[in-house]
Amino acid sequence: MPVITYREALRAAMSEEIERDPNVVLMGEEVAQFNGAYKVSEGMLAKYGPKRIVDTPISEAAFIGMGVGAAMLGVRPVMELMFFSFYSVAFDQIFNNAANLRYMSGGLVNCPIVIRGPANGGTNVGATHSHTPESIAAYHPGIKVVVPSTAYDAKGLMKSAIRDNDPVLFMENTLLYGESGEVPDGEYLVPLGSAKVMREGADLSIIGHGRAIQLALKSADLLKEKHNISAEVVDLRSIRPLDEETILASVRKTNRALYVEESKPFCSVGAMVAAIISDKAFDHLDAPVKRLTSIDSPAIYSMPLEKLQLPSVDRICQAALETLK
Amino acid sequence: MTKKTTPAKKTQVAGYNARQAPINARLGHDELIALYRDMVRIRRFEERCLRSYQQGKIGGFLHLYIGQESIAVGCVSVMGQHDHIITAYRDHGHALAVGMGMNEMMAENYGKYTGCSKGKGGSMHYFDPTRNFWGGHGIVGGQIPLGVGLAYALKYKGRKGAALAFMGDGAVNQGAVHESYNLAALWSLPVLFVIENNGYSMGTSQDRSSAGPSLAERAEGYGMNWDIIENGHDVLEVRDRVAAALKLAHEQSLPSVLEIRTYRYRGHSVADPDTTYRDKKEIEDYKATKDPLMFCQNQLLAEKVLTQEIIAKIEESARAEAETSAQFAEASPFPTADDIQKDVYWEADNPADRKSQGALFFS
Repeated sequence: MPVITYREALRAAMSEEIERDPNVVLMGEEVAQFNGAYKVSEGMLAKYGPKRIVDTPISEAAFIGMGVGAAMLGVRPVMELMFFSFYSVAFDQIFNNAANLRYMSGGLVNCPIVIRGPANGGTNVGATHSHTPESIAAYHPGIKVVVPSTAYDAKGLMKSAIRDNDPVLFMENTLLYGESGEVPDGEYLVPLGSAKVMREGADLSIIGHGRAIQLALKSADLLKEKHNISAEVVDLRSIRPLDEETILASVRKTNRALYVEESKPFCSVGAMVAAIISDKAFDHLDAPVKRLTSIDSPAIYSMPLEKLQLPSVDRICQAALETLK
Repeated sequence: MTKKTTPAKKTQVAGYNARQAPINARLGHDELIALYRDMVRIRRFEERCLRSYQQGKIGGFLHLYIGQESIAVGCVSVMGQHDHIITAYRDHGHALAVGMGMNEMMAENYGKYTGCSKGKGGSMHYFDPTRNFWGGHGIVGGQIPLGVGLAYALKYKGRKGAALAFMGDGAVNQGAVHESYNLAALWSLPVLFVIENNGYSMGTSQDRSSAGPSLAERAEGYGMNWDIIENGHDVLEVRDRVAAALKLAHEQSLPSVLEIRTYRYRGHSVADPDTTYRDKKEIEDYKATKDPLMFCQNQLLAEKVLTQEIIAKIEESARAEAETSAQFAEASPFPTADDIQKDVYWEADNPADRKSQGALFFS
């Protein structure tokens, strides 16, 4: 099977959808002539032209809102935020307009828009550029939230997101853009709301999303190697809709759960998942659900300290061992 | 997209007479009477809304359009098949002007299932996509980027149409509005930014909230066409001047900022106190000299287009229609508890076509 990068997988998904549907456009800051700040859209302007690949001024509120308005009339915009952190500049357009339009119109208006970009820390760009707003986004009924951790899922989920009739916030990761994985040639879709067991295990379920899954897989290797612990790793892939069944099935099997994510701990996705597990699989638990997040402060700039602040293989292993005590 | 600029059209020329403008001169009696009737219908509907509000039948806010009727009616009367409209929360006038029915509007205000948004949006959030009406939006200025998006979609799809994006004078100081101006001018989008300047952003006068000589003139900074319609109470003047901007949008895909001077008789929302920032005399003076209904009525009476008999019939009919809508709303059912989680996700409402899996809702 061909091996391509996460970045190339995203590009392939958007390209295939642009070719499939004349209403799909890619817009954002530097996506066209500049070839994308992170080169996700490299070559797409040359291939598809300025009608389909559109550079916007630095006006997130206006261009995201414009995408919402265009979506009401049947355009299917894929809007790139250079950093997902800039969502806050367009907060009203995303969470008052995109999220609520269908509801406030009693179902008369749809908003098939994808808002995508990297939402991660670990690149020493400081607190303003390192937000991980999965839980903030998923908090809003009407919004769907997707966080792929592999090239395969990046492509399959992006294609599903573009075809979705609801607004989808698609959170990528600059540290994953260059990571490679097997991606089949041609058409396939990964449905939203389907978690994936990345590795089977018996002693503990490490559940999470985003790049933390890659760390969890390495942690599972180490736990096996050094402690003979068999950890199952479950990647949510999609935060909302949420595959509760796969989470609960894993916990019912292993009886212990650790949630890993890059977000801050307060009201995080892991907090929600812990509540769901407590509610629906309490009798299967041999230990409290543990959560491993970034250390609770704004993202620190200092290079060695940012590494400490974020989840790491060391910290995940330590948390897993505590869960198994 | 190529960038175009056009010389700014400054205020009206001397000797200008809106009645004699070709777009108005060619109107037949029936069409003139229809303009008058639409304004009367808006006012009587809103007066009936006010009564219901005072009776506790309508919740939350009630932003009345009374005093501004000539703008919605004038603008909508020059719109064509591919022209679209979006506005803020003072949306009753626009909704009636595009042809929405009083029943569905009043029922929406009552929070009833028969309302245009099934009781989920309320007075501020009317929608009717079949009539090119895209809301009804609650956040000051927040609808303006959406209006630019409508224009973008029209241009993208090659339709000869424009978006009319309405806002109040308070909205012009929102960042999203300025960003929208820039996008519209930069990309030559067929959008009319229509500022209904009633002099007050809630309880703060224009002098106390907006810098610069006029609101429309800010368009200069974006190389955009602009115009100030001083006599916003004259539905015929509104028609003529808006039609000119619409022509620019249709024929050259150029945006415009139109500032239409008007006045609102009631509080920002009707429950808001109305005496802290203006005195009653100011309201009475405007009503006596510039009331849009009175102005139109006098003009059409003088031209013998209207007669007292016709006026009486229009009045009677509008009052009856409004009263019927209140009865309809009263008799209609509320949404059920099951309806709370409908119309949130397209996929949840269309389970046969659902592609995603997993839980969309949580408890």
